[in-house]
Amino acid sequence: MSKGFSKSSVGKKVLMALSGFFLMFFLLQHFVINFLSVIDANTFNEVSHFMGTNGLIQFIMQPVLLFGVLFHLGMGIYLELKNKSARPIKYAMNKPGESASWMSRNMIITGIMVMLFLGLHFYDFWIPELNTKYIVGDMTGLSVDGGFRYFEELQHKFVDPIRVIIYVISFIFLSLHLLHGFQSAFQSTGFNHNKYTPIIKKLGNLYAIIIPLGFIVIAIFHHLASH
Amino acid sequence: MNLTLKVWRQKNANDKGGLETYPITGISEHASFLEMLDVLNEQLINDGKEPVAFDHDCREGICGTCSLYINGEAHGPDRKVTTCQLHMRMFKDGETVYIEPWRSKSMPVIKDLIVDRTAFERIQQAGGFISVNTSGNTQDANALPIAKPMADKAMDAATCIGCGACVATCKNSSAMLFVAAKVSQYSYLPQGQVERKQRALNMVEQMDKEGFGNCTNTGACEVECPKGISLEFIARLNREYLGASVASE
Repeated sequence: MSKGFSKSSVGKKVLMALSGFFLMFFLLQHFVINFLSVIDANTFNEVSHFMGTNGLIQFIMQPVLLFGVLFHLGMGIYLELKNKSARPIKYAMNKPGESASWMSRNMIITGIMVMLFLGLHFYDFWIPELNTKYIVGDMTGLSVDGGFRYFEELQHKFVDPIRVIIYVISFIFLSLHLLHGFQSAFQSTGFNHNKYTPIIKKLGNLYAIIIPLGFIVIAIFHHLASH
Repeated sequence: MNLTLKVWRQKNANDKGGLETYPITGISEHASFLEMLDVLNEQLINDGKEPVAFDHDCREGICGTCSLYINGEAHGPDRKVTTCQLHMRMFKDGETVYIEPWRSKSMPVIKDLIVDRTAFERIQQAGGFISVNTSGNTQDANALPIAKPMADKAMDAATCIGCGACVATCKNSSAMLFVAAKVSQYSYLPQGQVERKQRALNMVEQMDKEGFGNCTNTGACEVECPKGISLEFIARLNREYLGASVASE
């Protein structure tokens, strides 16, 4: 690998795309596991306990994921600032919407909204989980009544309608981010083909709508079920 | 047609500049945009004022010299045309028309609507060439068989006239479409293979040195490009650069 790769504009966009691919893969598995909570509470509890206590996932995959999130955020902000500085004098009259979609032009806005949501999401689930397991030292995954605590805790979080509304809005921003991000990651890594690129764009649109919509369904389902 | 023109006037590179308003009357809808500016300049000269400086040369869409940001779009509201090919029938009678220069830190304004596009030339000098024996023993180009699809792709990339509309329209002021076209046109041809890897590395390095922004795949450049250079060439540039980086000595 050439020394200048990671410093070059092309290198940075490839790294941005690779971290995007990784996060989209993570999001898919997160969705599948969470959707189990709608289908069957026991299965969701068992999978959650496995994910929460498996050493490989906890001590290797989790730090890698955290690095991926922070890298994607940091690189996104760095590139946005650099790109803004490339045009110090703005146009008096500009019609960017004539040639590019709102989603593609506002990835930094949708991305920061998703990251702000992640702050709330970590506060809701990840930090209490770390506290229970690694500070209190309770690795059993059991609640006081003797059953697994994961489903119960999940449903409890969605009792508050304000939290549900915040989650729903955040997933809409996630959808807008993915509508450009999915196909853009392929383009950045050099994949553009007359036959396959239109299919990738359609798949990207499906992914960007189905996954966030699924998360919205999960949040509303648990809100309704908790009442 | 009667129009109100809002034209960017700037004495030199150091001047702050600003928009000036000029009413103009009796413009034929069949006139080209540059012919309309010629009428404006005649009007200004008759009034004892300095004419508007703007770039133009061939006036038939092949030289890439004309470069105006018209009513918020590079080369105006029409598609796959340069400013000189833009007709006044694309505007409505009584309309206010904003005319600005390309905006990019890497293409600063020299005067009025003229920008310094030598950054593109420096990128070309970094790798946009092939080495050919010119001692009198030059090989006949037709002696090398080239598959038709490859020749067509090379020609598609080579239609880039280097006008800079891609930079002007990109929200990041990225020159990636221009560099992609110039790297790609040689990469398809046997004559371009000798410097292929170094070309991708050097031209991208020079592009970054010039201070252009980074491509975020919005696709605006492809839409506004007067020659319709495809985004597939940017993907090809990414592949070329990735391959050259991995295989670099």
